[in-house]
Amino acid sequence: MAYSPHTDADRERMLATVGVGSVDDLFADIPAAVRPARFEIPPPLVEQQVRAELARLAEHNRVPQVSFLGAGAYRHLIPSVVWEVIGRSEFSTSYTPYQPEVSQGTLQSIYEFQSLICELTGMEVATASHYDGATATAEAALMACRLTRRQRIAVSGAVNPQIRHVLATYCSGPGIEIVEVPADLAEGGSGLTPAEAAARVLDDDFACLISQQPNFFGVIEPMAELAAAAHATGALLVAVVEPVSLALLEPPGSYEADIVAAEGQPLGIPLAYGGPYVGLMAARMSAVRQMPGRLVGGTHDAEGRRGYVLTLQAREQHIRREKAASNICTNQALCALAATAYLSAVGPEGLREVAELSTVQARHVAAAIEGGGLGERRFTAPYFSEVALRVPEAARRYAALVAQGIVPGYPLWRVYPDLADTLLLAATELTSDADIERLVDALGATR
Amino acid sequence: MASYPTDLHYSKDHEWVRVDGSTATIGITSYAAQELGDVVFVELPEVGAALQQFATFGVVESVKAVSDLFAPVSGEVTQVNEALRDTPEHINTDPFGAGWVAKLTLTDSSGLDELMDADAYAELTA
Repeated sequence: MAYSPHTDADRERMLATVGVGSVDDLFADIPAAVRPARFEIPPPLVEQQVRAELARLAEHNRVPQVSFLGAGAYRHLIPSVVWEVIGRSEFSTSYTPYQPEVSQGTLQSIYEFQSLICELTGMEVATASHYDGATATAEAALMACRLTRRQRIAVSGAVNPQIRHVLATYCSGPGIEIVEVPADLAEGGSGLTPAEAAARVLDDDFACLISQQPNFFGVIEPMAELAAAAHATGALLVAVVEPVSLALLEPPGSYEADIVAAEGQPLGIPLAYGGPYVGLMAARMSAVRQMPGRLVGGTHDAEGRRGYVLTLQAREQHIRREKAASNICTNQALCALAATAYLSAVGPEGLREVAELSTVQARHVAAAIEGGGLGERRFTAPYFSEVALRVPEAARRYAALVAQGIVPGYPLWRVYPDLADTLLLAATELTSDADIERLVDALGATR
Repeated sequence: MASYPTDLHYSKDHEWVRVDGSTATIGITSYAAQELGDVVFVELPEVGAALQQFATFGVVESVKAVSDLFAPVSGEVTQVNEALRDTPEHINTDPFGAGWVAKLTLTDSSGLDELMDADAYAELTA
């Protein structure tokens, strides 16, 4: 980040430009009695001091040397071209276009993003993006309520718990009831959401069933059966997907999902402490008027040239006020651009290779731990790039490994009391054989 | 001053009602259609829905605005104008005819007393 100080002359020019005499004049409309006399903040620092202070704070970060943590966020290779594209100041410094049609470049990039998401998901229309996968899922649930005019939601217990927390927050305002469909977590269980369990919960009061593919435990859900169970009662299927997996797994469009929501982070966005990430949403054209947020459409100008517009804006809050399809119309344009650049750079073949390598390495992780007698698979269903393993005395060993800079996955027992001693380990194409060896050695040493 | 069909009842929200026995046909007036501009989409109620007089029951979207539809009378929806899904422009071209929105079974005909006749509505929109 650049250090950009203002000189007194800079400040004078800015004040003269807006036509006021002093900074205090900018606050003249606020009665003096409610204006703070002073702020309790430290004095200004010169550039070297700022850098030293930030470096000191950064030393508190614990960056693991080896990590098998996934659980919704995944470390993938980001081709340099992604940084080159999003680093261009035309993109990195621009805010949401308020006179959108003059920003044809921004609109084109969003249109291409939407087109890629449609291709990836097999759906007919995608939004310009949302804050993250959790908010996209919550918006999808509200959209299902509007489409069906129903006020209850069924959600699989195998949907990422963080997504379910955000969903609960979103539903608390409008009073939408959430009912959990239990996943099969029994000893020797599949780890899946059985369609029969969904059918037992669903009735014609339910707007949708939300299930995740691969689910939070990494296993491959029977999405077509779950869609059929939802549709049998007039409910929609909201499919929460992991975008890289779509290079290998069936796209939601072909198992009759009605709305698709996803965390787009695996597509060229680095892991960060909670974000910024990007939410993806796609649906069928028949539902487009109930889609939240922005949509860019392609059109032609008066001279027949290709152009782009923000379309169907009548759903949005600046026109529809409190009745808007959503009151969060902001999108994550820069992160969506990163995803666009990523998908364009790797292409369909590259994405398939990323997905294949991730699944292969996940199998190496499972085989190494099982082969070393250190643990065993907790679920019977086939898995994608993440595997739940039961490791005796997992809590003690987890702490020991983290202290050594090795994160042996996500401790499932913290969220699922039924999953004592169970770790969820993720692999990607960046997981090396040496990483796996280190994990197994370190785990073995804690015996 | 514009003139309006004299066999209809009119609401302050610019909807009209045609009563035929216990059946009421409802739509939006030519005045409302003109104010909205070209209508591009109509969100119709569901057959079987119970409408409350003066409560919202649908949405009409034009090139410049989105407005709620307010039921001019209470009743149960028996039929909706499916043709509006593909040809919403009927609202502009023939608001009192082909642009009808829904047919209801009247549940409370006393609600008609709350509405205006053609002359009073012409006065309102003058």
